[in-house]
Amino acid sequence: MKKKLNLRKATPWLSAIGLFVLWELIVRIFNIPPYVLPTPSESIIVGWQFHEAIWMHAYHTLYTTLAGFAIAVVFGVVLGALVGSSRAIYDAANPLLVGFNSVPKVALVPVLVMWFGIGTVPAIITAFLISFFPIVVNVATGLATLEPELRDVLRSLGATRRDILIKVGFPRAMPYFFASLKVAITLAFVGSVISETVASNVGVGYLMLSASSKFNMPLVFAGLLVIAVMGIAMYEIFNVIERRSTKWANRGNPTN
Amino acid sequence: MSNSFVELNDVKLRYSEGDELALDTTNMKIDKGEFIAVVGPSGCGKSSLMKLVSGLMPPTEGNVIVDGKEVSGPLKIVGMAFQNPTLLPWRTTLDNVLLPMEIVKPHRHRLRKHRAEYEERARKLLATVGLEGHEDKYPWELSGGMQQRASLCRSLIHEPDLLMLDEPFGALDAFTREELWDILQNLWMIKPFTVILVTHDLREAAYLADTIYVMSKRPGKILVERENTLPRPRDQETTFTQPFTDLVHELRSHIRDVRES
Repeated sequence: MKKKLNLRKATPWLSAIGLFVLWELIVRIFNIPPYVLPTPSESIIVGWQFHEAIWMHAYHTLYTTLAGFAIAVVFGVVLGALVGSSRAIYDAANPLLVGFNSVPKVALVPVLVMWFGIGTVPAIITAFLISFFPIVVNVATGLATLEPELRDVLRSLGATRRDILIKVGFPRAMPYFFASLKVAITLAFVGSVISETVASNVGVGYLMLSASSKFNMPLVFAGLLVIAVMGIAMYEIFNVIERRSTKWANRGNPTN
Repeated sequence: MSNSFVELNDVKLRYSEGDELALDTTNMKIDKGEFIAVVGPSGCGKSSLMKLVSGLMPPTEGNVIVDGKEVSGPLKIVGMAFQNPTLLPWRTTLDNVLLPMEIVKPHRHRLRKHRAEYEERARKLLATVGLEGHEDKYPWELSGGMQQRASLCRSLIHEPDLLMLDEPFGALDAFTREELWDILQNLWMIKPFTVILVTHDLREAAYLADTIYVMSKRPGKILVERENTLPRPRDQETTFTQPFTDLVHELRSHIRDVRES
């Protein structure tokens, strides 16, 4: 039993190492030049050489991402609550939301730069714009799918809309909400890095752009790896929070 | 003014304009503390009847009077239980049963201060339905029958004057169902409250109700009002007696007529 558990814990590490080994072998066997695809070992070594710069840029990207994500959570919960608890607001807001979400956010960055100038602000806003949609949809779904019988039970006890929302709606929407956070945080990274790449002089996105302009592909890939690691770390944090706070949704089974 | 507790006067119901009638000219008089059952083929508007009486839906024509007042919005003190137990999965059994206390006045304002007293009351009620020792379990740790018992407790904890049951035992196995009949009958005999039970189980109606209404196909209409004078408390033995089987037979033939009409 214990051995099995250890193996389960080791699986993600093994698959990551396996991917790196495969990547390394392909590059070496087919003799791919480093300016096309560097080996992972090379990327990691270069990444270490530049670790001070990378650390500074990564810190900035993380800060930007989390700021945009935080705004998205607040905005997403409020809008999701409105959309999920009123049919009229749902009908009014839904086409706008879907239309807005279909606009590629990279196309908005120039507009944001015109408004706010180059730098951190457009990156935070892009992270926010790209990540709030799943939160709105999930919170609204969690609220709107309340069983009609349960609503009848509560209404015939004299419950107000507010009672129903607080006693049943929000607790019920929690698993949906936490599931959306995991999606939203990874999207927020996409948003901030896009904006940094297009219009910034700080952040991992900027670092990668300037590295590629000097044909330093190993450093570009080091940047990609750093973003991936940060994404995995944040995802895992929200995964743990989700499991702790909505145990009931997994029927008390903590391994889900 | 008559002394019935619930009265339906020439009630008609249409879900939306242009639809056919869901319920056609219906008249009912239910006394305080009376246990009535409504039986009929599926889709005959039995559940609409419940929604009308509890004020969740206004009648298209006619009026509904409960406790001397015309119903104009959701009544505030009705207990309800459905085929689906609809317990909240993030609450323990005890907290699920206490849910109405967090909503119904005046309890909602007293609950925090007198928590222990209310918990004691909920535990007692849970014990009477055989759920002692399961108070701190979550709904998904209970069997279907146990969940339905908890749901019954939730509908009764605030001592409602009116209890609405919409096929509450429909999804249970026969043995559990009959056990719950006894539990419900006991609770009702200790302290009678008015019950409207919607069911398609004729034996259930004959076992529990004082008066049984047979409804027609859609548009629903009450065809037969049958008093049931079998002595109480009714038990397993009652179901094997001649008067009981005769009653079930009679109801069955009414339903057959309805379905063939």
